[in-house]
Amino acid sequence: MSAGGQTHRLASGGLIDRGKPLGFSFDGQTMSGYAGDTLASALIANGVKLVGRSFKYHRPRGILTAGSEEPNALVELRSGARREPNTRATTVELYDGLVAASQNRWPSLSFDLLSVNQLAAPIFVAGFYYKTFMWPGALWEKFYEPLIRRAAGLGRAAPESDPDHYEKAWAHCDVLVAGGGPAGLAAALAAGRAGARVILCEEDATLGGRLLSDGGTIDSMPAADWVARAVEELGAMPDVRIMTRTTVTSAFDHGTHAALERVNDHVPVPPEHQPRQRLWRIVAKRTVVAAGALERPVVFGGNDVPGVMLASAVRTYINRYAAAPAKRLALFTNNDDGWKTVDAALASGLTIAGVVDARAEVSAGQRALASKHGFAVLNGVVDHVDGGKAGTGKIAVALAGGATATLEADGLAVSGGWNPSVGLTSQHRGRPKWRDDIAAFVPDGGPVGMVAAGSANGVFSLAGCLKEGHAAGAAAAADLGFGNSAGAAPSSDDDATYALKPVWHVKGKKKAFVDFQNDVTASDVALAALEGFQSVEHLKRYTTLGMATDQGKTSNTQGLAIMAELTGRSIPETGTTIYRPPYVPVAIGALAGHHRDENFHSVRLTPSHHWAAEQGAVFVDTGLWKRAQWYPKKGEKDWLESVTREVKAVRSGVGFCDVSTLGKIDVHGPDAGAFLDRVYINTFSSLAVGKARYGLMLREDGIVYDDGTTSRLAEDHYFLTTTTAKAGPVMQHLEFCRQILFPELDVQLASVSDQWAQFSIAGPKVRDLLKEIVDPSEDLSNEGFPFMAVREVLLRGGVKARLFRISFSGEMAFEISVPARFGDALVRKLMTAGEKFGVTPYGTEALGVMRVEKGHVAGPELNGMTTAADLGLGKMMSTKKDFIGRVMAGREALVAPDRMVVVGIKPVDQSRRLRSGAHIIKKGEVPSPDTDGGYVTSVCFSPTFDQWLGLGLVTHGRERIGEIAVAHDPLRGEDYEVELCNPVFYDPEGGRQRG
Amino acid sequence: MKYSIFSLARAALSGHKKWPRTWRDAEPKPRYDVVIIGGGGHGLATAYHLAAEYGIRNVAVLEKGWIGSGNAGRNTTIIRSNYLLPGNIGFYELSMKLWETMERDLNYNTMVSQRGVLNLYHSDAQRDAYARRGNAMRINGIDAELLDRTAVRKMVPFLNFDNARFPIEGGLLQRRGGTARHDAVVWGYAHAADRLGVDIIQNCEVTGFVRDAGGRVTGVETSRGKIGAGKVGMAVAGSSSRVAAMADLRLPIESHVLQAFVSEGIKPLIPNVITFGAGHFYVSQSDKGGLVFGGDIDGYNSYAQRGNLPVVEDVCEGGMALMPIIGRVRLLRQWGGIMDMSMDGSPIIDRTPVDGLYLNAGWCYGGFKATPASGLVFAHLLARDEPHKEATRFRLDRFRRGAMIDEKGQGAQPNLH
Amino acid sequence: MRIACPFCGPRENGEFSYLGDAKPKRPGPDAGEEAVYDYVYLRDNVAGEMEEFWYHGGGCRSWLKVRRNTVTHEIFSVEAAAGAGAAKAAS
Repeated sequence: MSAGGQTHRLASGGLIDRGKPLGFSFDGQTMSGYAGDTLASALIANGVKLVGRSFKYHRPRGILTAGSEEPNALVELRSGARREPNTRATTVELYDGLVAASQNRWPSLSFDLLSVNQLAAPIFVAGFYYKTFMWPGALWEKFYEPLIRRAAGLGRAAPESDPDHYEKAWAHCDVLVAGGGPAGLAAALAAGRAGARVILCEEDATLGGRLLSDGGTIDSMPAADWVARAVEELGAMPDVRIMTRTTVTSAFDHGTHAALERVNDHVPVPPEHQPRQRLWRIVAKRTVVAAGALERPVVFGGNDVPGVMLASAVRTYINRYAAAPAKRLALFTNNDDGWKTVDAALASGLTIAGVVDARAEVSAGQRALASKHGFAVLNGVVDHVDGGKAGTGKIAVALAGGATATLEADGLAVSGGWNPSVGLTSQHRGRPKWRDDIAAFVPDGGPVGMVAAGSANGVFSLAGCLKEGHAAGAAAAADLGFGNSAGAAPSSDDDATYALKPVWHVKGKKKAFVDFQNDVTASDVALAALEGFQSVEHLKRYTTLGMATDQGKTSNTQGLAIMAELTGRSIPETGTTIYRPPYVPVAIGALAGHHRDENFHSVRLTPSHHWAAEQGAVFVDTGLWKRAQWYPKKGEKDWLESVTREVKAVRSGVGFCDVSTLGKIDVHGPDAGAFLDRVYINTFSSLAVGKARYGLMLREDGIVYDDGTTSRLAEDHYFLTTTTAKAGPVMQHLEFCRQILFPELDVQLASVSDQWAQFSIAGPKVRDLLKEIVDPSEDLSNEGFPFMAVREVLLRGGVKARLFRISFSGEMAFEISVPARFGDALVRKLMTAGEKFGVTPYGTEALGVMRVEKGHVAGPELNGMTTAADLGLGKMMSTKKDFIGRVMAGREALVAPDRMVVVGIKPVDQSRRLRSGAHIIKKGEVPSPDTDGGYVTSVCFSPTFDQWLGLGLVTHGRERIGEIAVAHDPLRGEDYEVELCNPVFYDPEGGRQRG
Repeated sequence: MKYSIFSLARAALSGHKKWPRTWRDAEPKPRYDVVIIGGGGHGLATAYHLAAEYGIRNVAVLEKGWIGSGNAGRNTTIIRSNYLLPGNIGFYELSMKLWETMERDLNYNTMVSQRGVLNLYHSDAQRDAYARRGNAMRINGIDAELLDRTAVRKMVPFLNFDNARFPIEGGLLQRRGGTARHDAVVWGYAHAADRLGVDIIQNCEVTGFVRDAGGRVTGVETSRGKIGAGKVGMAVAGSSSRVAAMADLRLPIESHVLQAFVSEGIKPLIPNVITFGAGHFYVSQSDKGGLVFGGDIDGYNSYAQRGNLPVVEDVCEGGMALMPIIGRVRLLRQWGGIMDMSMDGSPIIDRTPVDGLYLNAGWCYGGFKATPASGLVFAHLLARDEPHKEATRFRLDRFRRGAMIDEKGQGAQPNLH
Repeated sequence: MRIACPFCGPRENGEFSYLGDAKPKRPGPDAGEEAVYDYVYLRDNVAGEMEEFWYHGGGCRSWLKVRRNTVTHEIFSVEAAAGAGAAKAAS
C-alpha cells in the first residue's frame, strides 16, 4: 500500500506506526494512513480539508478539534447494519478497511444543493420558524415540516437491527479517577500507593492526555518515559485497574457512575463472543475528575472555514500524528498556550505565516522566535477569514491601532483560551463558578465524594496538574483510611502561568459562528437578546446554541460572553445552562446491553413447559411466563377448534391445566388467621383446618386488589394463592401489612410460588383419573373429600402432594400441588394414567372460556377500578371486623347506585361474535358520553352453549338483567343487540362442582 | 408586530435589528385582579385565556426563574386525547381542539404536528383494553383506529416484528395526536398574553401568601415585594405541595422525577409517536432530528430534577427491544422533571379550602398535552368561580367522595400511575 | 442511588421498591372516614429530609425505613421496620 496520497504526512515523528500502513475510504475515495492514526489525522495527512456540512446552512466544514468535543467532522462510519451516524472522525481509531462517508449533504459533500439555505440566511435567523409557517394550518404537517425534517437531522441510522452485542458490568472501587493525563495518572499513583482500590478510566486508547501532544519533562525525564513508568507502577499494583477507551460519562447518586468502554470500535467487526461496547456501572467511594480542559474557539467572520482549527488540535495532529493540518500556518491567540503550536509547527518544518495575538505585549522569547523565523507578530484580532470548501483564503487582521493587515496561509490555528471540563462535576445540578484570572468556569463543589484536579479544575501548568492530581489522589485515599505513603508528587519545571486576555467575539460583517454544528451565529445571539431571550436557557432554546452533539463544549462560553456583553451583565451573572449527562453521547445499544430481542425480559417457564412444548402447545406471554394457550391436534384448522375440543373434553370427561403461575404464599404463626382477617374482606380465622375458601383483598382505598383461594393446612398454617399478575405485588403488600401495619401479630410469610407445581384437574371423570395417581388409601369420595376440602395426600410412588377440591371451571375439580421438581413427572403420569379416560390437557384459552361460562371474574374485571360490590361480591365484606380498605370502600361514590357492575352479556343473534371492548348503549339511544353505559370486559366462544358469551361492566347492570341493549363497537364498525343476563351461564346452582 | 413571512422578510432587510421583545419585561404593579403563580405553559395559558376569553386583563404571571423553566421545558412534547375515563376524555379533547388552532390564535408557530400517536399492544388483553379505550374515544367524537399487526408493520416497518420477546400484535392509533414544540408553546402564550396586557414577571419567587383577618388570600409575598391580588391561582406543578404549604394546605400529591432523553440528530426515521406496550418506552423524532424518548418515573419522591441509572437502562432496553436499529444511535442528553403525581393519576383544578386561592395541579406526566385546556378551564374557574364544564370532575374533594379518575387502576400509589 | 440494607449491605436502588412517606400512621378501626382519607390520600410531600418506606424485594424482602433528603437524595439512615426480623425478637 502506498503512502503516496499522504501529502500532508510529516516525514518523521509522531506516535503512529509507519510500519503498519492501513487502507481506508472516505466518500468512496480510497486513502491510506498508519496504525495509531485517527480517521481525522489520516484525513489530514491525505490533505483532506472538507469533511462535513453544517446543520442548517450546509456550510462546508473541516476538522476543528482532536477530541470527542468535535462539532464539525461527523461521519457515517461503517456501512449496512453497522452504519453509525454522527461519528466524530477525531475519535475513530483508524483500522484497515475502514469505510466512512460524509453526511447531511446532497448529492455530494463538495456539491451540496442544500447549501442554497445560505442564500436564505437573512430569513433563516434564530427562531424564524416560530414567526411563520402558520397559515394555512394543514400545510405544516404536509409541506413545511417534512421539508424541514428532511433538511435537518445529521447522519442516517442503520437500516437494520444492530448485529453487535453490548455488555453491562459492575465494578467497585475506593477511588475512581476519570482521565489518564498527568493529573489523573498522578492521582491514581498516589491513591494506589496509599493502598486504595483504584480504577483509572481514560477515554483515549493511550494514557497520557495532553502529554501525548505537548510532551514536556516530568521527574527529569521525557513525559512519554514518565507515563510509561507510571503505567508500569500502576500495573504492578494488584488493586489498580486501568481502563483505556473508557469514558466516565455520568455521575449518579451515592458514587454510582456510568462509563462506556469501547471494546471493539477500533476493529472492523468485534471478534466472536465479544461485545462492541461495554457499559460499566462503577461504584466508587471517591472520585477524582481529571478530565482535562477543552480549548475554545473565537467568534469571528468565517471562523468555520475548513482549515480553521483549534491551536491545541493543530499541535496534536503535528506532534502525535505527524500530520500537518497546513503547510503554511497562521495563529490567532489570546494566550501563551497558543504559541506552543508555533513551536510545534516550526519543529516540524512548517512555515508560520504570522501570529495574531490579542494581547498588547508578547514575551521577548516570542518576539525572538518570530524574528528568527521571519514571521510577523500582529497585535490585534482576526477580523475574518475568506475561503470555503478548499480551505482558508486570506486572513484579514484588525490591528489594535485600527489599521488592518492580511495574512496568507492554508490554515489558521485559533486559541481563545481553555475551559476546564466541568461536565461531570456539574451533573448534580451544581453550577460551576467563574474565575476571572483564567476567564473560565471551574467546578464549585460537585456530587458527594467527587473532586476535580488539574486542568479540569483550572490548573493549566504541567507542574500544577501533577501536584494537584497527586494531592487529590492522596487525599481521597487518606480520607478512606488508607495509611500507606502516597509517595512524592511528580514534578515538572513547566509551571508557566497562563497569561490570557479574553477575546470572545470579533464584530464584523461576515457570519461568525458561535455554535458550529447548529449554525448559531453571533447575530443570532444578538437577535435573542433583542427579543428578550436573555436567560441562558432561553438563549439556548431559542437559538439552539449548545444543543448540538458536542453539547456546547465548543460554543457555550462564547455564547454566554456575547450575551453578557449585549445585556450589560458579567458572564457569571449571565450564568450557565445545566450540565446534563452523559458527558459524551452513548450508543443506545450500550445502555440496553443484552436486554433486546428475545432477551428483552427474562422468561419464566412452568413445570410442565417442556412437556407442553413436546405436545406442540402454543404458548402465550403472561407477564414473564410462557403459558400453554392451547394444544393443537393434527387436522384442527384454527385455535377455536382446539379450544372448543379442550373445553368439551373437560365438561364431558377430564382435563388438566398447569396453574403453577398463580402466586403462592405460606402463612405461618399463631396469629396467621387474625392476619388474614385483616387483609381479606372475608374471614379466615373461622376457616376449619382442611378447608379452603375464596378470598378477596382490597387496597386501602377500597378498590379490589386481588383474589384467590386460601386453605388452612394446620391451626397455624395457611396457604394462599394470588392471581398470576399480582403474585409479586401481593407478597410485597402482605409483607408491608406484616412488618409495618401489624407488627404485633406473630406471623411469618414465605413465597412458595416457585416451590410448587400446581395443576387443575377438572371434569366429571376427575376422580377416576385421580385414583390412578394417588395412593389407594386416600378417600376421594364426596364424603371423604367434599367440595372445598384440602389435605395432604400420598401419591402412588410415595411423593406427598397437596390436594384442593376447588373449581374454577365449574366442573368437579381438584387442584394438586407437588414439589416443583415433580411437576414434569406428574404431568406425564396424568397423561398415561388418564389415557383410558380420554384425559385432555387444556391451556389458558379453555381455562378462560370455562371461567366466563361460569361467570368468574378475572383480570379484565379486577381492573383496579372496581369494588367488591361491582363484582357481585359485596356480600363477602365482613361487617364484624376491620380489614384493609374497609373504611374507604364506604365512600359515597363507591357505593353509588349507578356504578357499573358485572353482568353476563350474550348476542341476541346467536351466530354473532361478541368482542371485548364494545360499549353498551341502551337500545334506542344515540351513543354519546352521556349514554355510554359500560362495556364488554371478557368474551369467549362457548362450546357448551354454542355461541359467544361475555361478561361486562354495565351501569345499573343487575337491575337490567333480561334487557336487550346494543353493543356499540365503532372501532370495528359493529353495532348489534345483546341481552344482559346473569353472569353465571353455566350450572348456576353449582351442582356439578359440588358433585 | 404581527409575525408572518412578510414581517420576517421586512425585518431581514434591516438586519433583524428592529424586532420588539417577544414579551415585555414587566415590573410588578402593586395589585392585580388575578395573580398566577407559575410562568409555565399552564400559568401563561391561564393568563392568556383570562384576557382573551374572560376580559380580565389586569393579570400578572409570576415566575421564579425564566418562563418555561419547569415542566413546560422538560417534557417529551406529546399531544393526544386518547383517554379512557369520563372527566379526562372530554377535557383532553378540548385541549386537542385548542392545539389545532393554537398557532393562529397566538400568532406564533408552536409547530403543532399531528403526526399520529400509536400505542402498541402485544396481547389479547391489551388489545381488549385498547378497544374499550378507542370506542370510548369514538363515542366522545375523537378519532381512534384499532390497527392489526399488518397495518402497524406497514406504518412503522422498522420495529422489531420478527424477533421480539413480546410480539407486536397491533396498535391503537390516534391520527390527530402528535407533538408540539414545547418552548414555543410557552413563548407563544407569553407573546399573546403580553399583547393583551398581561404582565409577565420573571425572577419573581413567591415566598408567602398575604391573608386578611378572615383568612382570605389577598396577595402574595415575593422576592420582588408584596403584590396584591383579587384572586391567586397556582399553576406550579412539581412544586404544588411546597407552594400550598405556605397556605397551610396538604394536597393528595407527591413529587416524583421523570427522566427524558434525546438522541443525536438523525435523518427522519420515526414518522409519529410510538408507545411500547411491553416496556417502559415511548418515542418520537423532533423536527431537528433527535429521537425524543422516555419511560417510567424513577419511582421515589424527589425534587432533584435528575434521575438515576436503573431507569436510564430500563428505558434504553425498551427502546432496543422495540427497534433494534437504533443501537448505534447515541443518547445525547438526559434530564429530569418534577412531576406532581396525584393520587389517581389525574389533575386537580379547583378552588381550595382557602378563600381566594385556586389550584391547578396534579398533572402527573400529562401536563404538556393539557396546556391549552388547562389554561382555559382554570381561567374559567378564576373568572366565574365555578368549574368549566369539562373540568367538573377534577375537583379536589373527589378523593374524599371516592370519585377518583384512575386510568391505570393503580389506586392511591402515585409512583404506580 | 444506593441503599444500605441492614441485612444485605449496600445495594443499588433497582433492587428496591418505594412506597412513600413513613409518617402517616394507619388509623385504628374506629378512627372514621376522615382520618382514613387523610392517611390514604394526603401527603406532606417534603422537600428535604423525609423518613420513607422502601421494600427490598430484590433481596431480603424487608421493609426498610430510610431517612433521605428528597432534594439531594442524600441518605442519612436505613433501618429495618418494626416487624422485620431483629426488631421483633427484641420486643
